[in-house]
Amino acid sequence: MFQVPNMQFALPEMFLLGMACVILLLVAFTGVRRVEWVYGLSQLTLLSTALIIFWSIGDGGLTFADTYVKDSLSDLLKLSICLVNVLVLLYSSAYLKARQLMQGEFYVLAIFATLGMLIMVSAYHFLTLYLGLELLSLCLYAMVAMQRDSAVATEAAMKYFILGAIASGMLLYGMSIIYGITGSLALGEVAAAVSMSTGNETILSFGLVFLIIGIGFKFGAVPFHMWLPDVYHGAPTAMTLFIAAAPKIAAFAMLVRLLVEGLIDLHSHWQDMLIMLAVLSMIVGNVVAIAQTNLKRMLAYSTISHVGFLLMGVLSGTQEGFAASLFYTLIYALMTLGAFGMILLLSRQGYEAENIEDFKGLSRKQPWFALMMMILMFSMAGIPPLAGFYAKLLVIKSVIDVDLLSVAIVAVITSVIGAFYYLRVIKVMYFDKPLVEHTVTASSLVQIILSANILMVLGLGLFPGMLMKICSIVFV
Amino acid sequence: MIVLSDYLILAALLFSLSVAGIFLNRKNIIILLMCIELMLLAVNLNFIAFSHFLGDPAGQVFVFFILTVAAAEAAIGLAILVVLFRNLSTINVSDLDRLKG
Repeated sequence: MFQVPNMQFALPEMFLLGMACVILLLVAFTGVRRVEWVYGLSQLTLLSTALIIFWSIGDGGLTFADTYVKDSLSDLLKLSICLVNVLVLLYSSAYLKARQLMQGEFYVLAIFATLGMLIMVSAYHFLTLYLGLELLSLCLYAMVAMQRDSAVATEAAMKYFILGAIASGMLLYGMSIIYGITGSLALGEVAAAVSMSTGNETILSFGLVFLIIGIGFKFGAVPFHMWLPDVYHGAPTAMTLFIAAAPKIAAFAMLVRLLVEGLIDLHSHWQDMLIMLAVLSMIVGNVVAIAQTNLKRMLAYSTISHVGFLLMGVLSGTQEGFAASLFYTLIYALMTLGAFGMILLLSRQGYEAENIEDFKGLSRKQPWFALMMMILMFSMAGIPPLAGFYAKLLVIKSVIDVDLLSVAIVAVITSVIGAFYYLRVIKVMYFDKPLVEHTVTASSLVQIILSANILMVLGLGLFPGMLMKICSIVFV
Repeated sequence: MIVLSDYLILAALLFSLSVAGIFLNRKNIIILLMCIELMLLAVNLNFIAFSHFLGDPAGQVFVFFILTVAAAEAAIGLAILVVLFRNLSTINVSDLDRLKG
């Protein structure tokens, strides 16, 4: 008996898909002349999708033969993905225009990548998860390679493509093993079969290893982080911003769906693996970042260390831990938007403000933006009263609550080491002589929104209660 | 009589071959792309074997999707390879060394 699926749960995705096709046609028929229209329409699409998601908050359930889920986690993550991408497109428009990269293709890829992320967030079946992930990844590979005449950008794209494809292969191999043992691809049935079955633990954890390798690659957790610094460094900054911000939120959703909703009964197995990933990520990320001179590369290693912190909340296996990780992910996305937004703001035609020494003496000409950058760096280092501090505190508390003191100690020590390279950026901005004239050519709208974005990091540090409450409601 | 474990061992062998190929190969990016395809085919074999022995068609449907996505992936990979060759005039893996640190 065929039943009409409840389409309403996938309304944002369907709207986004329809608009993506409209934008694709607009690009095909207007070519390069009307790229402002394409930009405007993309922003409008993302904002309307966010509105649709906002209106449909509340009811939820499974649809499309139990392959698709709408719950409060998916609502929150989808809303943040759309809003983050609105900011990404806003910050990057001047940068793209100055480099003749502001082509319709970028916006088409961005919209399709957003669609892939939304599908990943709502996936409740291995197949939907895989398709969402690939839709996202394929768009990102193409996006990195968009600057066709740049040797570093294409090299970064090739490395990203190969390692991303290996990650997908690993993930699929893990999925196939788990499918064979549990006899189902739907996460709900997998969870039920895992809790019923006894004696299959060894082979299930064999599959689990491959799943974790796949997830580790997508997050950029050590030892699967090789692509991350190269891609962040090689890709044009606008694309780096796109890759760094929203896909991490989607990767968090994938982690939660697979490990928490699908395989929670194997918690004792995946906890050990995640501890290894988290500890290595925090150590390698924070130590190697010290040696970097390129700010984008430094932020890539800082991302790796943030991934380590983020995994800490999940590995605790408690509701509070998941909520802390979710909080960390959202704060991370906000800080990354600000940091790459600053690089985009200071770069102009023929000049990339991507080395740490390019920020020398920023406070002389641009005291306001030097202050903003300082807030960001303090927040990433985890200094109170900024949001980064509160996020770190929550994840560390969640591992202490499950008696993993050694992990918490590593986290604290590495974040002290990490403070060194964040503080170096502040030192360079305030105490060194400027090498170049710092001018800001961005429109006042971008300046105001970027400042508001960064002040939000401060605001959420002072008043984290509201967001924290939302994060914990999601996991009850 | 071919049993399930035979298929699984073959798939595991193919998978390990492809991983070994990716990490041992230092010469040619096209061989890397072939290894990636082999990896996906090993996974497909796994899915089909399980699907057959479980009597559940969902695994075979999954394989159709993997094949389709692999085609799209190969298209993008080869497109990036062409752009890379235009910039570097080489497709040698060890020449991809501009980004490091």
